[in-house]
Amino acid sequence: MKLINLLTIAWKAIKRNKMRTFLTMLGIIIGVGAVIAMIAIGQGSRQSIQSQITGMGSNMINIRAVSNVMGGVRLDNANIQALEEPDVIALQKKAEYISAVSPSVSARGQAINGPNNWSTSMQGVYPEYLSIRGWPLQSGVSFTSQDVKTAAKVCLLGQTVMNNLFPDGADPVGRIIRFKNIPFKVIGILSKKGENTFGQDQDDVILTPVTTVQKRLLATTYYQTIFASAIDEKSTDKAASEIEDILRASHKLQKGVDNDFTVRTQAELISTFTSTSKILTTLLAVIAGISLVVGGIGIMNIMYVSVTERTKEIGLRMSIGARGIDILMQFLIEAIMISIAGGLIGVGLGITATKLVTMFLHWPTFVTQSSVILSFLVCFFTGVFFGYYPALKASRLDPIEALRYE
Amino acid sequence: MNEVIVDILNLKREFKMGEEIVMALNDVSFTISSGEFITIMGSSGSGKTTLLNILGCLDKPTSGEYILNETHVSQLSRNELAKLRNRKLGFVFQSYNLLPRTSAIENVELPLLYNNEISAKQRKEKALKALEAVGLSERIHYLPSQLSGGQQQRVAIARALINDPIIILADEATGNLDSRTSYSIMSLIQELNANGKTIVFITHEPDIASFSKRTITLRDGKIVKDAVNEHVRSAKDVLNSLQPINELSTPEA
Repeated sequence: MKLINLLTIAWKAIKRNKMRTFLTMLGIIIGVGAVIAMIAIGQGSRQSIQSQITGMGSNMINIRAVSNVMGGVRLDNANIQALEEPDVIALQKKAEYISAVSPSVSARGQAINGPNNWSTSMQGVYPEYLSIRGWPLQSGVSFTSQDVKTAAKVCLLGQTVMNNLFPDGADPVGRIIRFKNIPFKVIGILSKKGENTFGQDQDDVILTPVTTVQKRLLATTYYQTIFASAIDEKSTDKAASEIEDILRASHKLQKGVDNDFTVRTQAELISTFTSTSKILTTLLAVIAGISLVVGGIGIMNIMYVSVTERTKEIGLRMSIGARGIDILMQFLIEAIMISIAGGLIGVGLGITATKLVTMFLHWPTFVTQSSVILSFLVCFFTGVFFGYYPALKASRLDPIEALRYE
Repeated sequence: MNEVIVDILNLKREFKMGEEIVMALNDVSFTISSGEFITIMGSSGSGKTTLLNILGCLDKPTSGEYILNETHVSQLSRNELAKLRNRKLGFVFQSYNLLPRTSAIENVELPLLYNNEISAKQRKEKALKALEAVGLSERIHYLPSQLSGGQQQRVAIARALINDPIIILADEATGNLDSRTSYSIMSLIQELNANGKTIVFITHEPDIASFSKRTITLRDGKIVKDAVNEHVRSAKDVLNSLQPINELSTPEA
């Protein structure tokens, strides 16, 4: 039997029962619509979480000096003299997967502004540190590479430091504070960062050019830590191994000799995030499955009723020459047409609902192509799966019995 | 004209009703030649519907031979039977069996949808021709609900004609109609027969049988009488002789 004839027959049957067809479709429409809207909302929140994590610096890699001396007196990591300026220059020049590098060295001390004082640490960094950490300024300006060269006595205040040194709420930008009796000009205020994963107050810090800390406070040429930023989240592992290679070369470490540094990524944070989003995705998939199964049962139910109701029609079709397979195909195609049409309308509804959610609730949403294609395919197979049995039943009717059916 | 198209020999059909075996047809033999107009008469339970089902390739005999147009029907599979019905037979039912909410022309086209050799264009042409033959070319787009019983039966006859069958099987085709409309349908059937169509008409009304050329009477699954009608009545004449109460309205509505 020609496909076009089958389609014509199924289409005419659907046309004859508009209301029932619509009601059957409704299950699928709502199912698909809900799936698309839910996945869009899920994806949207996932993306927004992702961008927040990236904002926290999920691309961040930190390199610390460690002792690789076996035996003898082991030094505190902070005092190990392993990371120096040539390392940073090597990383800046050779690394392909790194977008920014900043050394870091910090000193603890008392910061003083008039009658107020606060014990805090002063961290010496490059201006790139702010972008590595994803840490914008709240006001003022950042120091520059020129300030790094000249070991300028300028600083950026963290929120906690600012609140303690300027409790009256005065604007600290342009004011002079003292740290270990050295006057520093405040040129900017860092935005609030909050606590880190370990509960440390990240805002309790003063940032200043790295050379300033090295030369004016500690009189050292070494760094405690080097921060780097991978070009994107996916390449953090590549970047980490690249850093290892570059630093081993730069430190002239022989094969077999342990690293005198460690390279750490934010892998923990990322893995937590991926497992969370996996749970979310699974949850959505389960909901998707349930709603489509319910829709499919709706189709099956109606197809059954339809087969019973149209027994006489089936008998007639058989008497004028329809084979079992023709009847089977007719009902199957009807079911598939209903589910595909329902699917199409559902996709439209889902996208509209998503738009409305964004418009009125301001939730971030993102309709993925794959969710549309997936739900559409599921629709098709729902139609085939749930349409098959009633269609089979129809095709096995005895024409004489069917014709006599009232 | 007188080629034998149906040859039935020692046909038996049994039905199992629980423990009991019912002999619906018991050793029935007859032949039908092309161009005949046969009525099969019998009271209910006489086996006439079973015979029609077998003639119509909807059912197979328990034993015996049924040769339709040189095909041994008893040996065919379900699908082959379906094809045979599609190409060689036309059915007219008592309750018309038109698809609801489907226009007359679409109803008539239906059998050809199951025939791959016919294009959509041919289908339409044939449907128009068949509707013309039953006098309904004015109402091709009417739905069954907009047509009278007689008109619906005419659509059904057009549907039976569309595949140019070698035999038309009618099962109490006038059973649901008033006598005036019945006569007009019989007149149409006589006209088709005059144009060469072979017709087998099942009825229990002797009045209807009198329009056919030959009557086979069944009782308890056996042929009790198979006689040629000496005096075939013309349904048209009977219709014209009726009280002309509907003279002003259309002939047969």
